[in-house]
Amino acid sequence: MKVALFIPCLSEHMFAESAISMIKVLKHLGIDYEYVEGQTCCGQPAFNSGYRKEVVPLAERFIKLFKDKEYVVAPSGSCTAMVRVFYHELEIRDELKPALNDLSKKMYELTEFLVDVAKVDGLGGSFAHRVTYHDSCHLLRELGVREQPRKLIHGIKDIDFVEMEKSDTCCGFGGTFSYKFAELSTSMVARKCKYIEESGAEYVIGADSSCLMNIDGYLRKHKMKARAMHIADLLAKSLNL
Amino acid sequence: MEMTPSKTKQYIKEALKDDHLRMAVDKATQTALHKREDKVDQIPYWEDLRFKAHAVKQDVIEHLDQYLEEFEKNCKQNGIHVHWAADTQEAQKIIFDLVKEKNVKTIVKSKSLTTEEIHLNKFLIDKGIETLETDLGEYIVQLMGQIPSHLTAPALHLTRQDIGKLFQEKLGVEYTEDPEELLQIARARLRKKFLAADMGISGANFAIADSGSFCVVENEANAHLSVSLPRIHVAVMGIEKLLPDKGALPVFLKLLAPSATGQKATCYVNFIGGPSSEKYNEGPEEVHVLLLDNGRSKILADSRLRETLFCIRCGACLNICPVYQQVGGHAYGWVYMGPIGITLIPQYLGLVEGKYAPFASSLCGACYEVCPVRINIPHHLLKLRNEVVEAGQSMKVEKMGIAMWAFLAKHPMLYRFATWFPAQFQKLLPGETAFPAPGYTKERALGRFDPKGFRKKLFKLEKDSKKSTE
Repeated sequence: MKVALFIPCLSEHMFAESAISMIKVLKHLGIDYEYVEGQTCCGQPAFNSGYRKEVVPLAERFIKLFKDKEYVVAPSGSCTAMVRVFYHELEIRDELKPALNDLSKKMYELTEFLVDVAKVDGLGGSFAHRVTYHDSCHLLRELGVREQPRKLIHGIKDIDFVEMEKSDTCCGFGGTFSYKFAELSTSMVARKCKYIEESGAEYVIGADSSCLMNIDGYLRKHKMKARAMHIADLLAKSLNL
Repeated sequence: MEMTPSKTKQYIKEALKDDHLRMAVDKATQTALHKREDKVDQIPYWEDLRFKAHAVKQDVIEHLDQYLEEFEKNCKQNGIHVHWAADTQEAQKIIFDLVKEKNVKTIVKSKSLTTEEIHLNKFLIDKGIETLETDLGEYIVQLMGQIPSHLTAPALHLTRQDIGKLFQEKLGVEYTEDPEELLQIARARLRKKFLAADMGISGANFAIADSGSFCVVENEANAHLSVSLPRIHVAVMGIEKLLPDKGALPVFLKLLAPSATGQKATCYVNFIGGPSSEKYNEGPEEVHVLLLDNGRSKILADSRLRETLFCIRCGACLNICPVYQQVGGHAYGWVYMGPIGITLIPQYLGLVEGKYAPFASSLCGACYEVCPVRINIPHHLLKLRNEVVEAGQSMKVEKMGIAMWAFLAKHPMLYRFATWFPAQFQKLLPGETAFPAPGYTKERALGRFDPKGFRKKLFKLEKDSKKSTE
């Protein structure tokens, strides 16, 4: 089994640690990986803002870079959804369409890959803290991933996992929405942080750095107790990697 | 002053500062959602109903011309007059001609957002025809001089304290906030109007093509009185309201009430199949159906976006939408609001007036999960955002930024170089922030770019692991 890694632009520039944690976990599991040179961005921010022509070359590039890989894994539900679901909306060249269809079957978000493909049952590490989990929208609703992250969290020996109220309500980031409708976005993340606080969790775990950045930003600015943590970081920490 | 979706950003900002409004909207939407969840849990084949409803609507919309002709033929056989209105002006004219011809002085209306769409009340009132809303929520909203703020609960943005004050001010009654008493106050006034009205105007929830009949669902019996007491009944409906046959009805009725109000079923379902006759000596002397286009056939032309015509106006998407929950319906500036509203605004009102609407969403997709006819709203919003951009309505700065980003992303070495810069020079910025983002950072810390970045860290990791195995 060999996994080609797709590193989202947000991870590369702001949350590199989470991507490194992902690699450490894969190494721990003895899963062979490669970093494909020349990868940049999947094009999601532009696509969500209504730009399609501009994204086509990026999509074609992505398909060409990753088409011959056995598996492609990304530590992000939204980037994975962009490739698996939304690349099909783009007018890419006909000759690349079979490769895209193929790619859609072998591209995974990290927790999805670990549980469904690598058949990880529980990594067994230790993290004696109270945590809660935030369901990122694309991960939950476009990819249908709900149980896999929870399974991985439950697999940590001494973790105290509580479900927060409305864990599947949007955190309000929505990419460019967060500054085009900044006050509205803030109102949404404020509510999410209230539920986190009410759960008593020290950490809110998620699988998308964009949501976590949004939530963590509000928690910090308002001096709230909890902090956001990517599930890759949680798994790496629990195993002392 | 008339509201417009082009001012949605301003309306949203104002709504966010209105704690009273937000409390009312939160309470009403959460109540509706809890009740809905209860009812859905009791129906193990709920998802099957949704798929079936989608399939029926797809068939209707894809063959709308045939079904409309069938409907008209059967209506005429039943003695129902059928009118066709291409747009607002034609619809207003048809109704006003009827009003003049039949010497109508007073009209009672049961709830119809389609009539709000064509500004019918204002048009008739300006012409001196008394036009009174009889649905309690619509009655209240009419007294306030506002448009409805929800598809099925027009006065959702008001508390009973608000309504108590309103009745005291506008109707001259003693203040009360007891719902039963408020209801009786409205009922007493409306009773007289029903009996005196010359014409009743309603909407229609479902029109049955093969029988030339239609139904109006409700909880208050005001529709029942509006369509049966006055001597003339006019039902205004969008052309998309058709169902092929009565057999499809149970699917839709079973989906509608739980989705809209969290009820198992509405209190009343009125079936109208014709005017009073020798055989059926009840109801109005004349029944008219006005079929409204007003942009629907244009939407029909798009093979993907025509799915937005499947909507049965239940309002479930509004209730679950985290944006609607924050700001209520007036923030959208039109009679159709919330998730379905922002797909309809650019399609009906155009890409200039509607240029912000499809962006007033974080694309979370909760709406799609609850839509009884499975309209994939987030996908349609993405398509409409593309239409706004292609029409040149996006900000020039953004267009240039996107073009630059796309160019860099195609050239990895340039990309790496360009993204290295901000990571180094961010230290010159005050406030521990990666780049200036005033709206975003007002209440949220942004954090810094990682100065090393992923690639350096990866190379270090691999170098270290090589060392440890040597």
